[in-house]
Amino acid sequence: MSRRRNVQQEGLEGPPPEERKRPIGRRNSQGIRIDPEVEAEPEPRRTTISAYVENEPGVLARVSGLFHRRQFNIESLTVGPTQNEGYSRITLVVEEPDPGIDQIQKQLEKLIPVIHVRELDRNPVARELIILKVDGEEPDKVQAITDMYDGEALDAGPETVTVQITGSEEKIDDAIDAFKQFNIREIARTGQAALARGAEETARVEERHT
Amino acid sequence: MSGERTRKVQNAETASDATGIENGADAVVRALENAGVKHLFGIQGGAIMPVYDAIYDSEMNHITMAHEQGAVHAADAYGIVTGEPGVCMATSGPGATNLVTGIADANMDSDPLVALTGQVPTDVVGNDAFQETDAVGITSPVTKANTFADDPDSVGTDVGTAFALAKHGRQGPTLVDLPKDVTKGETETDPGGPTLPETYDSPEAADPDAVSGAAATIRKAERPVILAGGGVIKAEASDELRAFAMEHEIPVVTTMPGTGSFPEDHELSMEIVGMHGTGYANMAITVTDCLLAVGTRFDDRLTGGVETFAPDAEVIHIDIDPAEVSKNIEADHPLIGDAKAVLDQLADAMTGSPSTGAWLEQCETWKEEYSMEYAAPEDEPVKPQYVVERFDEATPEDTIVTAGVGQHQMWAWQYWTWTQPRTWVTSHGLGAMGYGLPGAIGAKLAAPDREVVCFDGDGSFLMTCQELSVAVREDLDITVVVLNNEAIGMVRQWQDVFFGQRHMASDYPWIPEFDTLAEAFGARGFRIDTDEEVEGVIEEALAYDGPSVVDVHIDPGEKVYPMVPGGGDNGLFALTEEQL
Repeated sequence: MSRRRNVQQEGLEGPPPEERKRPIGRRNSQGIRIDPEVEAEPEPRRTTISAYVENEPGVLARVSGLFHRRQFNIESLTVGPTQNEGYSRITLVVEEPDPGIDQIQKQLEKLIPVIHVRELDRNPVARELIILKVDGEEPDKVQAITDMYDGEALDAGPETVTVQITGSEEKIDDAIDAFKQFNIREIARTGQAALARGAEETARVEERHT
Repeated sequence: MSGERTRKVQNAETASDATGIENGADAVVRALENAGVKHLFGIQGGAIMPVYDAIYDSEMNHITMAHEQGAVHAADAYGIVTGEPGVCMATSGPGATNLVTGIADANMDSDPLVALTGQVPTDVVGNDAFQETDAVGITSPVTKANTFADDPDSVGTDVGTAFALAKHGRQGPTLVDLPKDVTKGETETDPGGPTLPETYDSPEAADPDAVSGAAATIRKAERPVILAGGGVIKAEASDELRAFAMEHEIPVVTTMPGTGSFPEDHELSMEIVGMHGTGYANMAITVTDCLLAVGTRFDDRLTGGVETFAPDAEVIHIDIDPAEVSKNIEADHPLIGDAKAVLDQLADAMTGSPSTGAWLEQCETWKEEYSMEYAAPEDEPVKPQYVVERFDEATPEDTIVTAGVGQHQMWAWQYWTWTQPRTWVTSHGLGAMGYGLPGAIGAKLAAPDREVVCFDGDGSFLMTCQELSVAVREDLDITVVVLNNEAIGMVRQWQDVFFGQRHMASDYPWIPEFDTLAEAFGARGFRIDTDEEVEGVIEEALAYDGPSVVDVHIDPGEKVYPMVPGGGDNGLFALTEEQL
């Protein structure tokens, strides 16, 4: 083949950067073409993602490792067995802009033990559980607050009362505020568990993944 | 060597039954044989010994490497050249951890690779036993899939599945961790051929509506560009890509892994793009109004800052992995599927060609303005670009070129004329120095009848030069060209520009004489100090039937240009240090 590059004394030539005619368009940091005059960066939003997974050792480590190394912002993660032996459901609450939420689902789908992933719509059936241990000096008042939140006393002794509250994330947050008056000693809070509302399936169990 | 051994399968009296399999290790070996594996690259060790014992009876060729990193890079290169997964193996603990760099490299470049690691017996796993590491845990972030084999009856299937997963869909590395009691455990089960997991599926054809939309966009484009990535080569779609580009007269730029997917001696080739790509390729990809990207993940070394990457372009992205589409650059037309199949679909969907006459003229102007020239005054030391060009001229077109990572890699990439896929074998995404020599060993075993030239830097070569012992022992006819500037040259180049010429830990004045070193290993050593010596030494080194090392003392002041600084605007590539 003939040489296509010439050996010259000068080296690389051509119009310098400032003389080049270049486009005026722009993309944002997500690589989306934008009008820089009007469009701002997309805002993060909070959403629930449900993953139906094979219940094999290490699956949780794979999922949490993925979130860590790709810097996805995760609010909570719960995992537990399903009605189908050998399969678990992982429920994730995440806060990301739309491209991030899209990328989370695609990356989860790539994990071999993950059967199906979907974002639940804005109104899933979702619950959290919290166990609170507070000072036991005013058990009647503790019981009253617990009743207000449809909770249940689990343990009471001379020093402490321990109660459980279940409900939406907002309700749990409210309850924690209400119990602060009794000096909260310890909290154990699950993440969110969620299913799609109505007859809609949360996971397409037969779904093959790519 | 295998001919001297007594083959277990041929001895009916010792074989346990019709399968000839007695234990898990036999099943592992059978799975590899069933997958058509011919070469294994590895190093022995305590926990993997049962598997090696089973290989004793196999006709597969095991290459004992000098270091596990050499084994995994060699297997990786074997996979790049053949398209079939390369197989490397190592013992537990340090054996496994020494593989990690090469596994991560294969993961970044979607190279088909199977790694087999020995593991301590299952009853002591978790006890911090001698040479115990959590190989599955360590490699999870850098494998497509990995698994801990826990049953002699299924260990062979685990290996077969790993092979199938490495090869199919988006290719990548897989690992099977093999505890010693599992490979020693009794089984007679033949694992059969490589089988994908039932739940695994990979897209073939893209959504026809999306294809139509993409075709219409290309049809009306004024400044279309095809961006060919490594996926074109992985999908064996070079012919389809070439036909599409020629039919519709669309210029082509290639990413580093995509290099060779489109012939650079064709007039539509704008050659290589990105940080050290050609000026004309970077102009074209900046100004384009329609980017047909095939099998690329829009790495930052390609895009520069995404804000200024092809900002006027409607992007059509063909990729087999949905997660790559709109990950870094939003795709206006996502075409999820196998590149070969989707390019066929796209070709069928085209109702006419875009009018690219004026655009091709513009591209030609850029090619002239920014032609890849280097200064080579007579009184200066040897220029690395000159050495690359002379080797290119002296070797056949199907020559395989491997490289380490750094300046030498960029010069090889820039000044070799790439015309065929699977000829450019290096560490692209991970940038793992030391890849070149073990890569050349793997490439030579994959293509014994082809010329293999490794361009290396002095820094990269020092990381894995012990693999010369393997090349000598296996009598591999490879030529290693060390472009020696007595420095970690790319770091020094950056220090010159970005760190006020403070050469911290980048100068290597204590560099050994590589020609003498080569001779100590039993290879031929050559040295070049002047332009006049270049042609003669090249001729002699290529003619030598065995491994040779050419130590070329190049101009230490030579830099790699053009250059787009990290996160910069591709259209503002610098031609000189002053323009940065």
